[in-house]
Amino acid sequence: MAETAAKVKKNRKRNYNNTAYLFVLPFVIVFCIFSVYPVLRTLQLSFTNYKGFGDPEFAGLANYQRVITDKYFWTSLWNTIRIWGVNIVLQLGLAFLLTIVFSDIKYKIRGLAVFRAVYYLPGIISVTSIAFLFKTLLDWRYGTVNQLLAKIGIGVGNPINWWGEPTAASLAISVIQTWMWFGNSFIMLMAGVQGINSDYFEAAAIDGCGRWKRFTKITLPLLKPILLYVTITSLIGGMQMFDLPFLIGTVNGNPSGALQTAIMYLYKFGFALRPKQVGYAAAIAYVLFLLILVVSIIQLKLNNKEE
Amino acid sequence: MAKKIKTAIIYLCLIILAVSCLIPFLLMIVNATRSGREIMTSFTLIPGTSLKENWDIVFSYFNLFLGMWNSLKIAVPATFLTSYFSALTAYALAVYRFKGRNVIFYTILIFMMIPGQLSLIGFYDLVSALKLVDSYIPLIVPAIAAPGTVFFLKQYIESVLPMALLEAGRIDGAKEISMFHRIVLPIMMPGIATMAIGGFIGNWNAYLVPMILLNTPTKFTLPVMVTSLSASTDIAANQGATYLTIAISVIPIMIAFCFFSKYIISSISAGSVKE
Repeated sequence: MAETAAKVKKNRKRNYNNTAYLFVLPFVIVFCIFSVYPVLRTLQLSFTNYKGFGDPEFAGLANYQRVITDKYFWTSLWNTIRIWGVNIVLQLGLAFLLTIVFSDIKYKIRGLAVFRAVYYLPGIISVTSIAFLFKTLLDWRYGTVNQLLAKIGIGVGNPINWWGEPTAASLAISVIQTWMWFGNSFIMLMAGVQGINSDYFEAAAIDGCGRWKRFTKITLPLLKPILLYVTITSLIGGMQMFDLPFLIGTVNGNPSGALQTAIMYLYKFGFALRPKQVGYAAAIAYVLFLLILVVSIIQLKLNNKEE
Repeated sequence: MAKKIKTAIIYLCLIILAVSCLIPFLLMIVNATRSGREIMTSFTLIPGTSLKENWDIVFSYFNLFLGMWNSLKIAVPATFLTSYFSALTAYALAVYRFKGRNVIFYTILIFMMIPGQLSLIGFYDLVSALKLVDSYIPLIVPAIAAPGTVFFLKQYIESVLPMALLEAGRIDGAKEISMFHRIVLPIMMPGIATMAIGGFIGNWNAYLVPMILLNTPTKFTLPVMVTSLSASTDIAANQGATYLTIAISVIPIMIAFCFFSKYIISSISAGSVKE
């Protein structure tokens, strides 16, 4: 009798668990069609010379050979890394500085909620609007920024051509990206610091630990996982940089191609050129993915080693 | 005394930084009310009188409200689909033990690390094979499968949902799906809201995919419509109209931010403490 009761119970349990298949079904179907299939299809196309119409013709590793030896691809990758690099240093630096200020136990700075919201505001605005806003504000002849600079005596009669000079333009993009995202990094780091037990800081302060020592010996090590998370997500996001440089420099990334990022290069072959070179664009996508993967793994490994 | 001065300097720096976040938007609003000629020749923070003329130039070229309506038609259903189906999937992964559970979970983890742009070529190829180019379907339906949201909500359920509640429901003879709707969904609401707001903003601001998929100007979403600015010589020649276009596209999301900033910020904090 007891045996059958246990069996019934087990059966009922299995029944609950079977309903789970029904629950995950919509996700699994859509995920396979719109996420998994495109990734695999891109891989398949990368071995063909598909032009967007007709039947794809197998081309072996020819596309990959071409990517590796394509100096414009490497230039576009270098542009991406340069713009992202300047941006991430500024962004994390600023976020760190703010985190130190707001977590300082001596000064007890107030108004975190308000400052946090204001710092984050640029991040929720669509990049298309931001791009046109800064394109207009930084216009070299009639832009408001040069008018302001002229008022304090910079560039009178010879205004800075922000979007015409390769260095100025890349720097401007990096700074705009920083402006958009430092609030985001700050919120993440701050959430991490608030998770640290404040007793640590107070005990260290009582033991005569200075501010710098508290930062390097307590805050930094405990923030490391978050820092790693922020850097890796920023790297993945940064390598996909498209909207801002594309809207300002068009598909060729002007001035002089300095704003052409890797994804813009992919877009050029996959969508903009006539006829398209879809197979080549697919190979670019996979080379990019492998590079991001390798860098992420190295970052994770280095982090584990230190621990 | 020294401490007071230092505190004052810190506040001053924080305020300058805050102003630098706001001033471009302020300039945008002020310049939207000035004529192109005024903007070219002088700088001021006092609003001008040309709002009406700028408005007429902008709306003679495109109907930005149609763009907003189109963006809503995509962002609202996409957000609902993501919220509902991610919650359902997360619930199944968190609560039930079934074959394939780990496969699904690890696939989700892997796809969170894969850059979305990687599949752009394959995605477009699929959409054109399905004859869905220039349709909203490929912009809405994929929202059903949002790996990042499922991952977050799974962690969330595991921390807030008492399993005893489900056992009690089962003893009372409740069906599994109605338990999800009546017990689990309400408990998960704060977590869902956090993800939904982030998802809505992402959909509302999306540019690359809608730009690639949509061809008909009357179907353009707001960001895609705004980018046709550079094609209009009338507007490009008149900076006041350019600023007004940008202002109209930015102000709704700024107003929304005033109401929801708390949730938005908690969604970012949630992202950072998940490990």
